[in-house]
Amino acid sequence: MPHIVCCVKQVPDPEAPASQFKVDEAAKKVLPIPGIQPVPSQFDTIAVEAALRIKDKVADTTITILTLGPDAYRDTVKHCLAMGADEGVHINDPALNEADHWATAEILAAAIKKLEPADLILCGRQAVDWDMGVVGSTLAEIMGLPIVTIAKDVQMEGGKVTVERVLLDGFETVEAPAPCVVTVSNELGDPRYPQLRQIMQAARKEVKGLTASDLGIDGAKNRVTLEALFVPETAVETEYIEADSLKEAGEKLAVRLREAKLI
Amino acid sequence: MPSGVLVFGEATEDGQLAPVTGELLGAAKSLGGPVTCVLLGAGVEGLAQRCASLGADKVIVVDDPLLKEYQGDAYVLIGERICKEADPSVVLFGQTMTGRDLAPRLAARLDTAVAMDCVELSLDGDKLQATRPCYGGSARARYSINRTPQIATLRAKVYDPPAPDESRQAEVVKQSADVGEDAIRARVVSRRKEEVEGVRLEDAPVVVSGGRGLGGPEGFKPLEELAEVLGGAVGATRAVCDMGWYPVAAQVGLTGKVVTPDLYIAVGISGASQHMAGISQVKNIVAINKDAEANIFQAARFGIVGDWKEVVPAFMEKVRELKTG
Ligand SMILES: Cc1cc2nc3c(=O)[nH]c(=O)nc-3n(C[C@H](O)[C@H](O)[C@H](O)COP(=O)(O)OP(=O)(O)OC[C@H]3O[C@@H](n4cnc5c(N)ncnc54)[C@H](O)[C@@H]3O)c2cc1C
Ligand SMILES: Cc1cc2nc3c(=O)[nH]c(=O)nc-3n(C[C@H](O)[C@H](O)[C@H](O)COP(=O)(O)OP(=O)(O)OC[C@H]3O[C@@H](n4cnc5c(N)ncnc54)[C@H](O)[C@@H]3O)c2cc1C
Repeated sequence: MPHIVCCVKQVPDPEAPASQFKVDEAAKKVLPIPGIQPVPSQFDTIAVEAALRIKDKVADTTITILTLGPDAYRDTVKHCLAMGADEGVHINDPALNEADHWATAEILAAAIKKLEPADLILCGRQAVDWDMGVVGSTLAEIMGLPIVTIAKDVQMEGGKVTVERVLLDGFETVEAPAPCVVTVSNELGDPRYPQLRQIMQAARKEVKGLTASDLGIDGAKNRVTLEALFVPETAVETEYIEADSLKEAGEKLAVRLREAKLI
Repeated sequence: MPSGVLVFGEATEDGQLAPVTGELLGAAKSLGGPVTCVLLGAGVEGLAQRCASLGADKVIVVDDPLLKEYQGDAYVLIGERICKEADPSVVLFGQTMTGRDLAPRLAARLDTAVAMDCVELSLDGDKLQATRPCYGGSARARYSINRTPQIATLRAKVYDPPAPDESRQAEVVKQSADVGEDAIRARVVSRRKEEVEGVRLEDAPVVVSGGRGLGGPEGFKPLEELAEVLGGAVGATRAVCDMGWYPVAAQVGLTGKVVTPDLYIAVGISGASQHMAGISQVKNIVAINKDAEANIFQAARFGIVGDWKEVVPAFMEKVRELKTG
């Protein structure tokens, strides 16, 4: 019975208007946007989609959703269960809340070791908030597993995982023995949207809670210090080209670019 | 005591030193101290002198057919060995396909941590201060790393390469790859390239990019024509690549390419922070968008508010006239 673990996290909605993005520089935190709910990190639901596509072919596959975060992250686990995943595990402990990417990977690895042995561990290519793109690789190194990053297709058959990777100017096919870690990119395709019936079923499903002491760890062992968090200055003086018609504006633009020696 | 800066240089497919190597050497120089440049690949030995001329004091070359294409399991073993021997204080990679994959793995093997995609590096005493965009480019975070080596990857085109000085000499050390077949667990079995005609997006002096506002894949035809007239390349937003209007290889942004043309013309693009992350070093952005409130205007030096279908043909005609006249 193949077992896939998907690591997912919750993020502030990245599609929220840029003008509403605000930072508390003293606390070094991004402020929640009033009235806009956080969402599952996009690439992570795509990782769940990748797992579900494998399950579509091999029906007895079990998919476990694993998250590390505060209470609100439960909604993200529920969303992934409603997509069709089987189990939810939520590491939720104030002592672990301020984990950096290293500590995050270390804690996730400790939790994965507590689960049924995994054949495949899927992560997003990067978390849509901190954009670091390292937890998957770090997790693999900590667990001593092979890692394949930035996948657009993931197949698992007979102890072998076949991944199509996105390169800058093409694709490559990589084979790795299971168990291994794969990070998933948006080229895989859109994640499926839960049906109402699935949402109701997921609402009733239990999400297993884990604390630091369950995992035998005594806190987040950060290796990185966040020294500052701020919104960069971007203001540029825009020269709006205006004319009686858009056609004339287009012509005028060409002339202005010529004058500025840009064409 | 760990000391100095070690950079992982890269070669292009046709055997030249990749521009990112010069940028890494420029960044290393700005930090000060002795600079070691590592070159892993096949047929890269001849590039050592070029690294010296760009500021490397020492060049470690591992030239082996096994390393012709990036292969994570082999590269990480060699990288680990070299870093343990050299004991640098700072290790730098480019935020390239190689850097993205290798830097976090190497960090774990060396029992340290990494800051990815940095746009500013400095030293506070011997502590690296690494500033990087996050939240899709909406915010910047400055990190320090509490262990050594302090590893960072550098966004393209942020640092200038030092002016080459051909008379500079470096100690060149050749090492063998020394990686057993059985060390390779994730194996590349095939590669496919997506051929792009004309100028490469990353090198293009002008980029004409299209977004969802084009209304359909056919909207890219006039943009291709315009790019040709301007001697540039065509870019695209993720929205249109995801919809299949244009090849993924043309995607500009956080999860696509970083481009640095002299002129970037954004047509029907809203200017989401994740798109802007790919053009953050571009000084001259032209925005053509029918929505005056679109975020793209925040970063644009020139803007036209209106339907691109009316603007672009007239613009193109005038450009042709000016170019031939
Ligand atoms: C010093 C410091 C303090 C921080 N304090 C906080 C804080 O107080 N609160 C806070 O929210 N963040 C905090 N962070 C950020 C936190 O470390 C990141 O949210 C986390 O590491 C994931 O972001 P990333 O960019 O490192 O992940 P990436 O490496 O980009 O993530 C890749 C993938 O790993 C998986 N993954 C990542 N994180 C998790 C997770 N938590 N659970 C399950 N899967 C995951 C997902 O599949 C994701 O797609 C802090 C960071 C630092 C450096
Ligand atoms: C984690 C993450 C990573 C991402 N990475 C990237 C990335 O690498 N690159 C990227 O591009 N995006 C990326 N995105 C997506 C990004 O958030 C935006 O959704 C995307 O850039 C929007 O594309 P767009 O501007 O083409 O479309 P839209 O936002 O829909 O904008 C279309 C624009 O066209 C204008 N328009 C419509 N009709 C006309 C007309 N006739 N004439 C003139 N203007 C017109 C509209 O006013 C609008 O401003 C990422 C998102 C996430 C969450």
